[in-house]
Amino acid sequence: MAFYILKRLLAMIPTLIGVAVLIFLLLRVVPGDVVEARYIGEGSVFQSQELMDIERKKLGLDQPLWNQFVTWMWGIVRLDFGLSMWTGSPITEEIELRFALSLQLALMASTVATLLAIPLGILAALKQDTWVDYAVRVFSIAGLAMPSFWLGILMILSMLIFFHWLPPMVFTPLWVNPWENLAQLIWPALAVGYRYSAVGTRMMRSAMLEVLREDYIRTARAKGLWLKMILARHALKNAILPVLTIISLEFAFLLGGLVVTEQVFNLNGLGMLFVEGIARRDYTLIQALVMLVASAFLVVNFVVDIAYAWLDPRIRYR
Amino acid sequence: MAVTPQTVDELTRAEKARSRWIAAVLDFARQRPLGAIGGVIILVMVVMAATADFVAPIDPLATDYGAMLSAPGAEHWLGTDAYGRDVLSRMIYGSRTALMVGLGASLIGSVFGAVIGVASAYFGGRVDLVVQRIMDVFFAFPVIILALAVVAILGTGVGNVILAIATPMVPRCARVVRSSALAVREMPYIDAARAAGFGHRRIILRHMLPNVMAPLLIMATAFLGEAILLEASLSFLGLGVTEPTAAWGLMLRGAAVEFAESAPWMAVFPGLAISLAVFGFNLLGDSLRDALDPKLRIQ
Amino acid sequence: MRMKRLAGLLAVAAGALLAFSTQAQSPRYGGELVFPVPSEPPSYDGHRENTFGLIHPLAPFYNTLLRVDPNDPSGTKPVPSIAESWTESTDGLTFTFKLHKGVKFHDGSEMTSKDVKATYDKIIFPPPGVGSERKGQYGVVAAVEAPDPSTVVFKLKWASAAFLAGLASPWNFIYKADILAKDPNWYEKNIMGTGPFTFVEHVKGSHVVGKKNQSYWDKGKPYLDGFRAIFMRDSAAQVASVRGERAHIQFRSFTPKDRDNLKAALGDKITVQESAWDCILLVGINHEKKPFDDKRVRRALTLALDRHEASKALSQIAIVKSVAGVQVPGTPFATPPEELNKLAGYWTDIGKSRAEARRLLKEAGLPEGFSFTFTNRGIPMPYEPLAVWMIDQWRQVGLNVKHNVIEPRAYYTPVRKGDTEVFMDFQCGYIVEPDLDMYKFLSVDRNPANYARYTDRVLDDLYDKQSRATNVEERKRLIRQFEKRLLDEEAHYLMTLQWHRIIPHSSKVKGWTITPSHYLNNTLDVVWLSE
Repeated sequence: MAFYILKRLLAMIPTLIGVAVLIFLLLRVVPGDVVEARYIGEGSVFQSQELMDIERKKLGLDQPLWNQFVTWMWGIVRLDFGLSMWTGSPITEEIELRFALSLQLALMASTVATLLAIPLGILAALKQDTWVDYAVRVFSIAGLAMPSFWLGILMILSMLIFFHWLPPMVFTPLWVNPWENLAQLIWPALAVGYRYSAVGTRMMRSAMLEVLREDYIRTARAKGLWLKMILARHALKNAILPVLTIISLEFAFLLGGLVVTEQVFNLNGLGMLFVEGIARRDYTLIQALVMLVASAFLVVNFVVDIAYAWLDPRIRYR
Repeated sequence: MAVTPQTVDELTRAEKARSRWIAAVLDFARQRPLGAIGGVIILVMVVMAATADFVAPIDPLATDYGAMLSAPGAEHWLGTDAYGRDVLSRMIYGSRTALMVGLGASLIGSVFGAVIGVASAYFGGRVDLVVQRIMDVFFAFPVIILALAVVAILGTGVGNVILAIATPMVPRCARVVRSSALAVREMPYIDAARAAGFGHRRIILRHMLPNVMAPLLIMATAFLGEAILLEASLSFLGLGVTEPTAAWGLMLRGAAVEFAESAPWMAVFPGLAISLAVFGFNLLGDSLRDALDPKLRIQ
Repeated sequence: MRMKRLAGLLAVAAGALLAFSTQAQSPRYGGELVFPVPSEPPSYDGHRENTFGLIHPLAPFYNTLLRVDPNDPSGTKPVPSIAESWTESTDGLTFTFKLHKGVKFHDGSEMTSKDVKATYDKIIFPPPGVGSERKGQYGVVAAVEAPDPSTVVFKLKWASAAFLAGLASPWNFIYKADILAKDPNWYEKNIMGTGPFTFVEHVKGSHVVGKKNQSYWDKGKPYLDGFRAIFMRDSAAQVASVRGERAHIQFRSFTPKDRDNLKAALGDKITVQESAWDCILLVGINHEKKPFDDKRVRRALTLALDRHEASKALSQIAIVKSVAGVQVPGTPFATPPEELNKLAGYWTDIGKSRAEARRLLKEAGLPEGFSFTFTNRGIPMPYEPLAVWMIDQWRQVGLNVKHNVIEPRAYYTPVRKGDTEVFMDFQCGYIVEPDLDMYKFLSVDRNPANYARYTDRVLDDLYDKQSRATNVEERKRLIRQFEKRLLDEEAHYLMTLQWHRIIPHSSKVKGWTITPSHYLNNTLDVVWLSE
């Protein structure tokens, strides 16, 4: 078992390096750089080439690419993510608060998604091809189909028009003021959670259907045992695993991928930081963010893999 | 064409095949009404896109500053937008853009993904490992970030948006196809083909690809919906299709939000169109998956 | 006897009434002003940044030598700030400023002329390795001297009517000489000023908070206890915050529709202030790309645009309004409409104008349906509506225009390199002053921000003459000539429509007067809340 864990851990390293190289090169291909974005981007009439050259030198942008890459990687290895090219502040400082918000939102949305997916999926599977099944499927796919920003705009507008109430504009961490915090984050969590529950519902439904067709279940039903008992003991245990897998995999993406939701609900999260960073050509920031999200994704993957291996010994010895 | 016994044979065979095909479709519709509804929605969309030039009452680009923001009425069935352009016509042409982007991105994404996935499964060993790692790297990027990066490099506009949306779909498709292909690879006829001396390319394209069509098709229909949504999001952020093109995502930007209270038709209809389209594709994909997955066949 | 009593009563009543009414006018102390800011500044250094995202949250911490009169809606008068008064020598080459006494930095140290000199030396004569953005604006200054602790002397190379306006720039925060001597870049990450508010905190991506400076040199001010600037990227969120009464005012501008929505929702609780805005979008035409080196083609482009109709239509959906030349309409040097309408592109008979455009295109040899690319900056308001309008107008004279949108910060890279054909450019000033507003149109070797890349010595000559003109009427005449050559004869750059600033704010906010610039009047020392 320990060997398997080691093997999986080692497998993460080349992927991380690959991500680092890819994002480094990708950013350098994008036209323009941070100095131009800052001093010319606003279209000011008075410009100074001298100033821009000085700035470029300060940021190390005049060094050859190879040099820049090594410097950056060396920093990463020592867990020093460097300074943001746009503000000059340490990147850990820039990310802190936004990470807290995105993490909390991702967790809340995943919870909502799970709470919706499991009961709905079970219901749809039990009543397959009845109107209940159709209603559940229509409901969950509707969540998938609506553009999240449309839903968000409708939510905020209706709150304003009907209740004359607006969620808090500024993020307060959970431990500072839980009411303010939840009042702000519950709405995007619902919108996002509803959206992501569709995948889970579908998975739950098909997993349940599969299990319900197993011979031993059919035998039990033929014998007249109570459905609830069968469910509780056998079906649920086997069916839940794939659903949890899917939801936890999506979780990693919720960290950096909620760009439009954050814009609409005016949340100060990682998604907006990403977009702004790309717009400003803040290489160090983007690189750090991408490494963060990729690592989160790989870690979640890793945990899921280990959980599967622990539950199913056959996998370990493949 | 002379009427000979052979041609009659051919014709009847073709007819029989067609009627078998029609019977299969009708069967599907009867057994899976949700999928049928999805199919109908998509059909309507395709017809709208194809006949846009005839169906749309007014030129979608024609501005009319005298009729800005007018409510739905006799002259403009769905009202006009902030520049006086007819919302209905822009919706109809918008379906064309949506389908172009959706089909283009989905096609490119799934084709590349499928080829990579199948090749990776077929060759196995070191090749498989390396390709998997590379796909993992792309997989680790959130979808919208990868799309944004591609737009930043290539620029905005329909063509670039298609490429931008196709990019994150390649690794996802590759992963799904690979797992199916792994199963197919163990099939005896693949070994037979190798023994017969068929080249790699021929085996991959002729023998393995057709057998992963089922999951590929399901992925592709799901991707179509995702692609339309992604295009809407990118346009909403200002990084997708640009004015004055008629595109649903673009119609939801700016003025639509601002005037949402006094002129709701600008935001409601494009939003509905997007939702319906994605809804349709998902219903169809869902039912296809049910139909093609042998374990879930209705007994 | 009764008459006397009556008179007495009346007097008391009148007195009470007077007292009551003036009490409604006199500022109330207290309260925290909350306002959203659409963009966050990369650093704290006003000498270096160009974004209003720096001015709105940070201007309250600083003072400038002079400032634009905050109570004057025309936004054109430099008035004393740190400088109490000034005298000008008869030849106009020496300006002597007397500074207020008792001005303290927030760390308690006294501000003297040494600090003013160090500040302006940094801007105009930066030490090597430091660099200064606005050096080019102060080319007229020969030297800055500080003969005694409360006097600063500026020596000029030539007499300039615009010099004082240059000193009223909201970007020229007065910094502390000692700090600059130790580390010229200190102010990028730190705040130490003399302003009416002291720095409390800045939470990245979230907000900036300031509180009242108890020992502010302008006794009796500020009225507010503090302020809170919240960074909000999304404009719908900003409007919602004012509407939900969580914020008082937004200092940049809202759209006409936002204003209508707010008025409809909150009625009298909202006061609306509007003004012409010293910002305008220009159409730049790259003279290095054929066929745009032919002035007939450029003139055709401007003749095709029906600015008068656009002014009526677009002002309903966008933050643009007036038809304008090189100066903001309604300001001292602006050309009156009767004169302006004689220029190409401003004719009231659009049929005639378009016919002329077609004729010119044909004469220049361009085929019907000639296609070119219009490059635009990816900002929704008002870049998009103007682009949609112009592309449509050009379509009507037989030009097939492709719209290429580039994301905002990457935009100027290809424009600067000269890779674009026809593109959207823009100009925002902090004060309406011809020297500053017309600087952009000088030949490309004098001004690298001339992205149309032309060389026009006649234009340069007119600019220099008007800059040194001492007689106001003479200056007006020269400016009109400049305008005619720029927009009509040569059509180097085209003006679209002047922006229009709309600030609907909570009626509790008093003392704040709108000016044509969103860089002005942000020190917040004159603002107070009525409850």
